[in-house]
Amino acid sequence: MAGTWVFVDQRDGNIRKVSFELLSEAKKFGEEVSAVVFGKGVEGLAPEFAKYGADKVYVADADVFADYNTGAYVAQIVAMINEYSPNAILFGHTINGRDMASRLAQKLDAGLATDAIAAEISAGKGVFTRAIYAGKAIAKVEVTGSPVLATIRAGVCEVVEAAGAGEVVKAAVAATDADIYQVAKNFEATVSARPELTEAENVVSGGRGCKGPDGIKVVEELADLLGAALGGSRASIDSGWLGHELQVGQTGKVVNPNLYVACGISGAIQHLAGMSSSKFIAAINTDPEAPIFSVADFGVVGDLFKVVPLLCGELKK
Amino acid sequence: MKVLVCVKQTFDTEAKVELKDGKINDAGINLIINPYDEVAVEGAIQLKEKKVADEVVVLSAGADKALDAIRTALAMGADRGILVKQDKDADEYARAVALATAIKDENPDLILAGHVAADDGSSQVPTRVAEILGLPHVNVITSLEINDGVATCTSEADGGTATTEVKLPAVISSQVSWNEPRYPSMKGIMQAKKKKVNNLDAVAVDNKVNVVEFAMPAAKTAGIKIEEDPDVAAAKLGDWMLNTVKVEV
Ligand SMILES: Cc1cc2nc3c(=O)[nH]c(=O)nc-3n(C[C@H](O)[C@H](O)[C@H](O)COP(=O)(O)OP(=O)(O)OC[C@H]3O[C@@H](n4cnc5c(N)ncnc54)[C@H](O)[C@@H]3O)c2cc1C
Ligand SMILES: Nc1ncnc2c1ncn2[C@@H]1O[C@H](COP(=O)(O)O)[C@@H](O)[C@H]1O
Repeated sequence: MAGTWVFVDQRDGNIRKVSFELLSEAKKFGEEVSAVVFGKGVEGLAPEFAKYGADKVYVADADVFADYNTGAYVAQIVAMINEYSPNAILFGHTINGRDMASRLAQKLDAGLATDAIAAEISAGKGVFTRAIYAGKAIAKVEVTGSPVLATIRAGVCEVVEAAGAGEVVKAAVAATDADIYQVAKNFEATVSARPELTEAENVVSGGRGCKGPDGIKVVEELADLLGAALGGSRASIDSGWLGHELQVGQTGKVVNPNLYVACGISGAIQHLAGMSSSKFIAAINTDPEAPIFSVADFGVVGDLFKVVPLLCGELKK
Repeated sequence: MKVLVCVKQTFDTEAKVELKDGKINDAGINLIINPYDEVAVEGAIQLKEKKVADEVVVLSAGADKALDAIRTALAMGADRGILVKQDKDADEYARAVALATAIKDENPDLILAGHVAADDGSSQVPTRVAEILGLPHVNVITSLEINDGVATCTSEADGGTATTEVKLPAVISSQVSWNEPRYPSMKGIMQAKKKKVNNLDAVAVDNKVNVVEFAMPAAKTAGIKIEEDPDVAAAKLGDWMLNTVKVEV
C-alpha cells in the first residue's frame, strides 16, 4: 500500500498553504506520506513538499493539467489509484479540492468526509470530525474504503517542517483533452497585497459599525499593521464597502486564524459561524450587549473610530 | 428548456442546535429552504421570466415535511415539484443517488443546486449528481448566462474569479451572491397550493459514511471585557495582542 497521499492544490506553481498543513498532518498517521501534484512544469516544486516531510512526490506533468479541470484531474487520479493503491487521499477543502474529491468519490462509489476539522486514519478506515450546522454541532464520521477520502479545512492543521526524501515519481499521463468538459474562459486573480482570508495568520474584519468606506479605511490600517487579511460582515459587503470574497460567516468564508479582530460587528449567529473557531478573538463595539462579546477573548466597549487608530499607535510603539 | 432545481430543507440559520438521545434534535425547529438553493430557485425563475426556460421543476429528497420547502419554491414561481421520500440519515452518496434517479426521468436541460447545504456543510451532492449523470458541473457561481445551449458562468475560484463555459445539459451550483431571492407573493402562495407535486420513493442504497457520534462544540467562553477611555482601552488591547496573542508588527 502506498500510504497517505496529499493532493496538492496549486495554480501556476503557487501552492496553497493547506497542502503543507495536510502533509504535516499526514505524518501523524505513521505511513509513507506522498504529495501528489498535477500541472504543467510542476516537477520543480518537489523540494517544497520534501521540506514538510513528503517521502515521495508523485508528479503528473502535461498540458492537459495546466489549469485545474475536473475531468482530466479525476481521470488521472483514478489511473494512479489503480496503479499505486494509496491508503488514503487528503485534499484541502478548497473550491477545487472539494470538487475533485466529490467527483472522485462518486466515480469510485465511495464515501467522502468533506470539510473535516480533525482526522485519524488507520488501515482502510478514517474517522473525521466535522463541524455541522455551521459549527453549532460536531459530527464524528467514519469513512471506510480504499483509498479513504477526505477534504480538510484550511487552517486547522499546523504546518511543521520535517525533512522527507521527496523522491520524485513520474506518473504516466492518463488524461487527454477529451476529458475536459468545462471550458475555462478566464481567471481573474484577486489582486491584493493582503493575505487571503482562509490562509491568513490574522484577520481584521469591519462591520456595519464602520459606517462607510472611511470606517473601513480605519480597519484596513490595523489589518496592514498586523499583516492581516481583511474581512467583513455581510452588512459591510451588502453595503458595497467590501468585495463579496471578503465576507466571513455562514454564507461567506470560514476562517481559522490565530487572531480575529471584529470591529463594529454585532456577532450575529451567521457571522459567528465563520470565525468563532479562531484561536484568539478581539472585539471592538460600542454596544456592551453585543453578542460578539460572548465569544471574544478581549472585548473593548468603545468607538472603533477612536480605539482602532489609538491601537495602531500602541502597536507601532 | 427545462430547468430542475434541487432544494434541500434545512434548519433556519438562526436555529439553536441541540442534541437529544445523541442525535440532532429537530423538534420545534423552523425549517427553511437551504439559503443557497433559494438563490438557485430564484435564478431558475429569472431564466423563465427571460423566456430562456419554459419550465422550472423543484426536486427535494427528504421527509414528508420537505414538501413545505417545495411549496415555498412553487410560491416563488416554480411550476411543479417532486418529493423523493428519504430517511433523514441518508448520506451524501445516498442522496445523490436518489436525486440523480429522479433527474434521469425528468431529463432536464439544466440542473441547478446550492453549492453547500447549511446543515451538513458537505458540498458534495451536486458534484456527485453530475458524476452519476455524466454531466459537467460548475460550482459556486455568481452569475449565469445561457445562449444556444451553452452556459457561461462566473464563479468564485480559489484566489480569484473564474469564467467558465459548459455545454448543456449541466449541473450548476450557486453561491448566495448570485441574486436576491424574492419573497413569495400572496398570489404565489395561493397558486402554489394548486401546483402538482409528485411523490417518489428513494432508491434504497446503503450509506457510505457513518456517523460515529454527534457532539456539541466546546463552548467558547467570554474573556475580558473592558469599558474605559479609548486611550486606556487601546493600550490594554495592544498589550494583550503583543504579549498574549504574540502578534508580530
Ligand atoms: C441565511 C443568512 C446567512 C447569513 N450569512 C452571513 C454571513 O455569512 N456573514 C455575516 O456576517 N452575516 C451573515 N448574515 C447576516 C447576519 O444575520 C447579520 O445581519 C450581519 O452579520 C450583521 O452585520 P454587522 O454585525 O456588521 O451589522 P450589525 O448587526 O448592524 O452590527 C453593527 C455593530 O456595530 C456596532 N457599532 C456601531 N457603531 C460603532 C462604532 N462607532 N464603533 C464600534 N462599534 C460600532 C453596533 O453596536 C453593532 O453591534 C446572514 C443572514 C442570513 C439570514
Ligand atoms: N436531500 C436533498 N434534496 C434536494 N437537494 C439536495 C439534497 N441534499 C443536497 N441537495 C443539493 O445539494 C446541495 C449541496 O448539498 P450538500 O452536498 O449536502 O452540502 C444543496 O444545496 C442542494 O441543492
